[in-house]
Amino acid sequence: MSQEKKMKLTLPVEEYVGSGNLACQGCGANLALRYILKALGPKTVLCIPACCWAVIDGPFPHSCMSVSIYHCAFETAASTATGVKAGLDMLGDTDMNVVSWAGDGGTLDIGIQALSGAAERNDDIIYVCYDNEAYMNTGIQRSSATPKGAWTTTTPVKFPKVESKKDIDAIMAAHRIPYQATASIAYPEDLYKKMLKAKNIKGTRFFHIFAPCPTGWKSRPEDAVKLARMAVQNCLFPLYEIEHGENLALNIKIQNKKPIDDYLKLQGRFRHLKPADIQSMQEEVDRNWNRILKKAQGC
Amino acid sequence: MSKKKDAAKIIFESEKDVPIMPMSLGSMLFNKTGSWRNIRPEIRTADCIRCGICWKFCPDMSILVEEELPVVDYDFCKGCGICAEECPVKCIEMAEERK
Ligand SMILES: Cc1ncc(C[n+]2csc(CCOP(=O)(O)OP(=O)(O)O)c2C)c(N)n1
Ligand code: SF4
Ligand code: SF4
Ligand SMILES: [Mg+2]
Repeated sequence: MSQEKKMKLTLPVEEYVGSGNLACQGCGANLALRYILKALGPKTVLCIPACCWAVIDGPFPHSCMSVSIYHCAFETAASTATGVKAGLDMLGDTDMNVVSWAGDGGTLDIGIQALSGAAERNDDIIYVCYDNEAYMNTGIQRSSATPKGAWTTTTPVKFPKVESKKDIDAIMAAHRIPYQATASIAYPEDLYKKMLKAKNIKGTRFFHIFAPCPTGWKSRPEDAVKLARMAVQNCLFPLYEIEHGENLALNIKIQNKKPIDDYLKLQGRFRHLKPADIQSMQEEVDRNWNRILKKAQGC
Repeated sequence: MSKKKDAAKIIFESEKDVPIMPMSLGSMLFNKTGSWRNIRPEIRTADCIRCGICWKFCPDMSILVEEELPVVDYDFCKGCGICAEECPVKCIEMAEERK
């Protein structure tokens, strides 16, 4: 290896999330924010409701971030961003990226009203939901983003979750917002590119980012990126973008779709599943994937 | 970049020092998360192909790039093992933490 060869860095080197933060080992949400801020840069305000990230940032008067953040109530990620944006506009500071950075509970459950309101008004904010598929900060309770069959403390093995994961992306598409995308920590360049694109669009922009949580999923910390990649490769979490509620475009083409078995096996939260349960999960993944494919073809 | 920020822990001597608005005044660099580790990544740089993948996937910004090679920042590396898992040539090994 020649000494002159450069390290291949596929993302900007600037970091806006600092070390010393309180995320667990291998936290996917930590990676997600790291990538987003590489795209958005220093002129960004994050509105963070109650969630793991409200803790990860660090206790008062400390913060691991080098952008401004505004801690807000659990249900108000979107409305806080709307207010911050309006305030900055009044001050004439119109080129600040105002971002809601919320968990799946804060988005699909308690925050959905504020989010729907902001989207309906087409407020000029970027709403990002990092999806770790449960209420992790309070000790792993089920949310409406928890997949069917998964163990959580409120859906124990004896009383598994019988409801399917809520399709927040379809709900947001129904609001016909200018831009929305799904993204994954396993594909940071794709996430980065889409965030750059969103940065230059006006109106409500929505991101749904798949962010494995080793603590809540009972998986090994070193598997966090691998699990996120598997979820894309087995079409459980397809990566796509939608403009104005239509024109769905797939970002990562899947050549040979893998079964979900290996993905499930790496996670303790699915350990109790019987072959019949896995079969029915696989069928659901296939149904959802076919629906996405149809939309991608404009049917 | 933020690693250049002040790393001292802020402790208020009296109530009067506490700002009226709860706002952040310092970084988290006083919190040396390296102490969380029970396994540590060790990079065999001779085998490194400089692909930057460990740097890209470290959730704790603990792979530094020095002279075009990855270097682990043991002050903050939490020992998650993602770098070793993702390295395409497997030149990062997770070894038992030394005292
Ligand atoms: C109104 C209200 N209800 C409940 C809580 C307690 N609470 C804090 S964080 C949290 C869970 C957040 O889950 P999610 O949004 O998925 O983020 P995560 O912790 O998984 O990152 C809950 C229930 C709260 N802070 N405020
Ligand atoms: S509980 Fe999960 S989401 Fe929360 S900090 Fe830990 S790994 Fe991250
Ligand atoms: S073990 Fe984890 S925290 Fe440590 S350098 Fe590797 S990826 Fe970063
Ligand atoms: Mg969550």
